[in-house]
Amino acid sequence: MGLKIVVCVKQVPETTEVKIDPETHTLIREGIPNIVNPFDEIAVEEAIRIKEKHGGEVIVVTMGPPQAREALLKCLAMGADRAIHISDRVFAGADTYATSYTLARVISQLDYDLIICGKQATDGDTAQVGPELAEHLGIPQITYAKKVMVYPGEKKIVVHRETDTGYEVVEAKLPVLITAIKGLNEPRIPSLMGIMAARKKEIKLVTFKDIGGSEDSYGLRGSPTWVIDVFTPEKKRQGIIIQGDDPETAAKKLVEFILSKGVVG
Amino acid sequence: MSNLINVDVEKCTGCGLCVKVCPFGAVSIVDGKASIGPGCTLCGSCVKACPVGAISISRGELKPVDLSEYKGVWVVAEQIDGRIRNVTLELLGAGRRLADKLGEELYAVLIGYKVRELADVLAEYGADKILVADHKLLERYNTDGYAAVLYDMISNYKPSIVLLGATMNGRDLAPRVAARLKTGLTADCTGLDINDAGQLVQTRPAFGGNVMATILCPRTRPQMATVRPRVMKMPKPEPGRTAEIIDYPVKIAASDIRTKILEVVREVHEAAANIEEADIIVSAGRGIGSKENLSLIRELADVLHAAVGGSRAIVDLGWLPHHQQVGQTGKTVAPKLYIAIGISGAIQHLVGMQTSETIVAINKDPEAPIFDVADFGIVGDLFQIVPALTQQLREALKQK
Repeated sequence: MGLKIVVCVKQVPETTEVKIDPETHTLIREGIPNIVNPFDEIAVEEAIRIKEKHGGEVIVVTMGPPQAREALLKCLAMGADRAIHISDRVFAGADTYATSYTLARVISQLDYDLIICGKQATDGDTAQVGPELAEHLGIPQITYAKKVMVYPGEKKIVVHRETDTGYEVVEAKLPVLITAIKGLNEPRIPSLMGIMAARKKEIKLVTFKDIGGSEDSYGLRGSPTWVIDVFTPEKKRQGIIIQGDDPETAAKKLVEFILSKGVVG
Repeated sequence: MSNLINVDVEKCTGCGLCVKVCPFGAVSIVDGKASIGPGCTLCGSCVKACPVGAISISRGELKPVDLSEYKGVWVVAEQIDGRIRNVTLELLGAGRRLADKLGEELYAVLIGYKVRELADVLAEYGADKILVADHKLLERYNTDGYAAVLYDMISNYKPSIVLLGATMNGRDLAPRVAARLKTGLTADCTGLDINDAGQLVQTRPAFGGNVMATILCPRTRPQMATVRPRVMKMPKPEPGRTAEIIDYPVKIAASDIRTKILEVVREVHEAAANIEEADIIVSAGRGIGSKENLSLIRELADVLHAAVGGSRAIVDLGWLPHHQQVGQTGKTVAPKLYIAIGISGAIQHLVGMQTSETIVAINKDPEAPIFDVADFGIVGDLFQIVPALTQQLREALKQK
């Protein structure tokens, strides 16, 4: 019997290439490509592997502006079967609560056994949307999955969940929401065939009109948290940088510096 | 784009400052006027930057809400192996300041099994009242049990502010409960304060950590926030200080807990310690050259009684396990002393360690971004400097 797996993904700016403006100390975003959040790629990969083993269907869901479609195409090229793009100006400015609420409105209409999210998105770093989505859907969650074993016949899942002191082996009945961490798997790079096939796969656009409800529940207006200011922190470090000293002298200066801080010994 | 953001074309001079500050590249100048594109997330950066006040964000008409019945500041304690975690004590320090500013009480919430004796510590660190939920089903952290108890407590007592540690379990529990309460939650706050309106003012890094955002939760209660370990200062305990202990009735059944822990595996060996709680971290990057060369780092760490960390590059190469990775996809750390060796300082690494009290960098490239955040930097060959440093430190500490 096949499993229906929903994977939530987010398009984020690629940060490995980000440079900092030396004057303003803000990120220079110009020309920064968008990518699929790396943790979400791991989530997609895991879903595809489960499908390859047990059969079923992988549906990727994203909420984001029109260009987020590229992220869905990448996931389809990896091997997901179909995609849902939740996009409407009503959804803009959503915090994690409004985002998870919107995702839940859409996903609750689907038939699913398992939902996989990345642990967190690399732009916001909150790790909140997964658990909030599970709560809205009323299903259990297992966060920080580093190994996943699915038993479709028994409708259950066993997850190695990373903790601060190691990991725990956790079992739950399906449906369940899990969040993926690095180390769960190594996401595949889409093949040329995969990229070609992705173009023929369905990307369903879902707008406010399609899911209904009150406009006040979505986006900026549906967000309990308000960003009231965005500012660049003052660069606080005017460090001592030494160059050209021989290693012994350099080390001596550093030892003096470290001892002056009073944290050693 | 959304009608929630508007550009007053009469005022707009087309100066382009908004284009520059937009963290999402969503603003452009079209026909000499600012134009907001679909990538806009309504973050407000452009509103603030506009010199002529031409851009505005409006949430439209909002019904007034009465939040006056919500009172008190709560810290949800986390215990591990029969002791209260440091992050809880740090939060009690922060919570105490907020409670004093509001003129309200500071509560600690203690959930677990046979944990009552830990309440004394919470009192010594500043709690006025301690809610204890003690139950066999809460022996080990589990989402369903802990969320049910915390939700029940909050619904009954109606606190104004609830703070949790941004630990792995804290980050599992807080969003679950916030969603159930239909309230806001701000992750990884680096600053917490109270404004004139008595609201919690939360500051957190945004968009990769080089921009800060100030966040309010003005229309729902409680106002919930998580804080990473070591971000708040550890307060001084007051030995003998007491608090009122309230035994909270736990009304959960085994069937309420939908996950079952089959096995608990300990993995973090002592040498690696939990890098999030270490006072000193010695961290290595790709400049170390090989896995074998990490012995240089370990020797230095031994002398300093430091934990060992590493950049994503060397974790990806398999030279260090993932739980020792510092940075965006690893751990965020803020030790008293962070020594970065052979780490160039990619932005992902910097966001994971730049709030450390003191940062030392050793790198051969004088242009390496790590030097921008370093208090003390040595441009040079780590293979010569690190052994010399280890040797000299060993001798200096011997004399102490």
